[in-house]
Amino acid sequence: MSIRLYDIAHSRAGDKGNTLILSLIPYEEKDYDLLCERVTAEKVRLHLKSILHGNVIRYEMPNIHALQFVCSQALSGGVTTSLVMDTHGKTLSYALLEMEI
Amino acid sequence: MQKNKVRIGCGAGFSGDRLEPAVVLAEKGALDYLVLECLAERTIALAQKRKAADSMQGYDPLLERRIELLLPVLKQNKVRLITNMGAANPVAAADEIIRIAKKQGISVKVAAITGDDVLEHFTGEEIAMETGKPISCSGQLLSANAYLGADALLPALQSDADIIITGRVADPSLFVAPLVHEFGWSLDDPDIIGKATVTGHLLECAGQITGGYFADPVKKPVDNMHTLGHPFADVYADGSSIIGKVEGTGGSITLATAKEQLLYEVTDPHAYFTPDVIADFTTVSLRQTASDLVEMNGGGGCIKPQSLKVSIGYKAGFRGEGEITYAGAHALERAKLAGKIIKQRLNDNFSALRFDYIGHTSVHPSSLSSDYKPYEVRLRVAGNALHEREAAIIGEEVEALYTNGPAGGGGVRKYTNEVIGIVSTLIDRNKIQAKITLKEYEHQAL
Repeated sequence: MSIRLYDIAHSRAGDKGNTLILSLIPYEEKDYDLLCERVTAEKVRLHLKSILHGNVIRYEMPNIHALQFVCSQALSGGVTTSLVMDTHGKTLSYALLEMEI
Repeated sequence: MQKNKVRIGCGAGFSGDRLEPAVVLAEKGALDYLVLECLAERTIALAQKRKAADSMQGYDPLLERRIELLLPVLKQNKVRLITNMGAANPVAAADEIIRIAKKQGISVKVAAITGDDVLEHFTGEEIAMETGKPISCSGQLLSANAYLGADALLPALQSDADIIITGRVADPSLFVAPLVHEFGWSLDDPDIIGKATVTGHLLECAGQITGGYFADPVKKPVDNMHTLGHPFADVYADGSSIIGKVEGTGGSITLATAKEQLLYEVTDPHAYFTPDVIADFTTVSLRQTASDLVEMNGGGGCIKPQSLKVSIGYKAGFRGEGEITYAGAHALERAKLAGKIIKQRLNDNFSALRFDYIGHTSVHPSSLSSDYKPYEVRLRVAGNALHEREAAIIGEEVEALYTNGPAGGGGVRKYTNEVIGIVSTLIDRNKIQAKITLKEYEHQAL
């Protein structure tokens, strides 16, 4: 049975230049291991492949039971010169939560 | 006597933030310090442009309204204000605060911190971190502002200034500086400065830790968002802190809000670079101690970097945009026909044109969703050009669709805007000389 990330976790998007940063935080700490196992950097890259043009690095943070995905070349050039409306990529946290695992 | 606890509030997390949460914090928060963080990455380049046009301008556009509301209550409750609302012109901002103080009949001492403007050190040959090319390749340089650290603020804190106003300072440093001042910490102790940086990072976006930018009515409901309170931290001499908010304000502080904020905009949780320290967020522990109270422990870091980050603003030409809406049967097909017409007419004139179908695929590609059947679609066309008149052609072409395009299009809007680009580079911290300018007004009672 597949689970949609939205149902078990929350996320906030941040940006630095052309880099998109997505946190992934389970509502229940017990789900942290499940997320570590199923939500790999490669899976995030594939899920967002129509947006990302670089690689994805995953950081594990067992101290707060959270994952952090740092996605390069993800914001169409970055906040100031890109032609997209959501130049910060702020809406992309909910794109990540659409992923099924 | 040294305090064993310092309370710092954060009353603004960006230039356009609400005005009243800071007033509530200053009135009822029992604060020692209030911080207003109002300077986003490209804001300072825009402010430099305003300063170039008028030497008395270039500070935050909301400074007058914020200070008018805050000054009486700050003075009454003996709360010191630290803010980067000085933007490109902290000295002019200090003059403006003195003007308001005179009008209100309130004595005030203001310290303006300068030294972040390092444009004179740059020839254009320096390499941009983003492109790997010389910064002059991006476009004509407008501004270069280095991220100052807590050390730049300490002389102002040691003076008895009521208000400390800066330009570009690393956001957490606005919080680290008063803690170093109060607790007598060494700026060369990366462990304690790392902890203070974590607290600063948790506070710096103001409402983002009290439920703002967190709320989701289905999975993450937050009460009374319309009166969202902004946070304060009680920071202790060992560097630990407890995040809270004023009783009776809206929003909530939970482990979930604190975790989202801890990770916000952090590109490497093992190494969060600021001018004060390279902080380690992987050793932070968070604990909910009561309703709306989260305790922060742990954290730490290693020695501060020798180079400081510099944001370079450059002229990036102009952006033209046009929008038009189609509704009803086959709205999407008509919007796509409109987009195709513009593409055929303009594709040769612009290096890149973007077509968004708002309500359909305006922020994400359709591949992320399987179910879309919009009743209405708004076409947006955007492109960049060197000159304003070229950029304006995009909006003009969209407007011309009224009588030359598909059936039933309406609600055209067209825009052109100057684009200020930002790239980053580094500067040796020894080249930076922070300076303090004091301005004072003493009110004489009649």
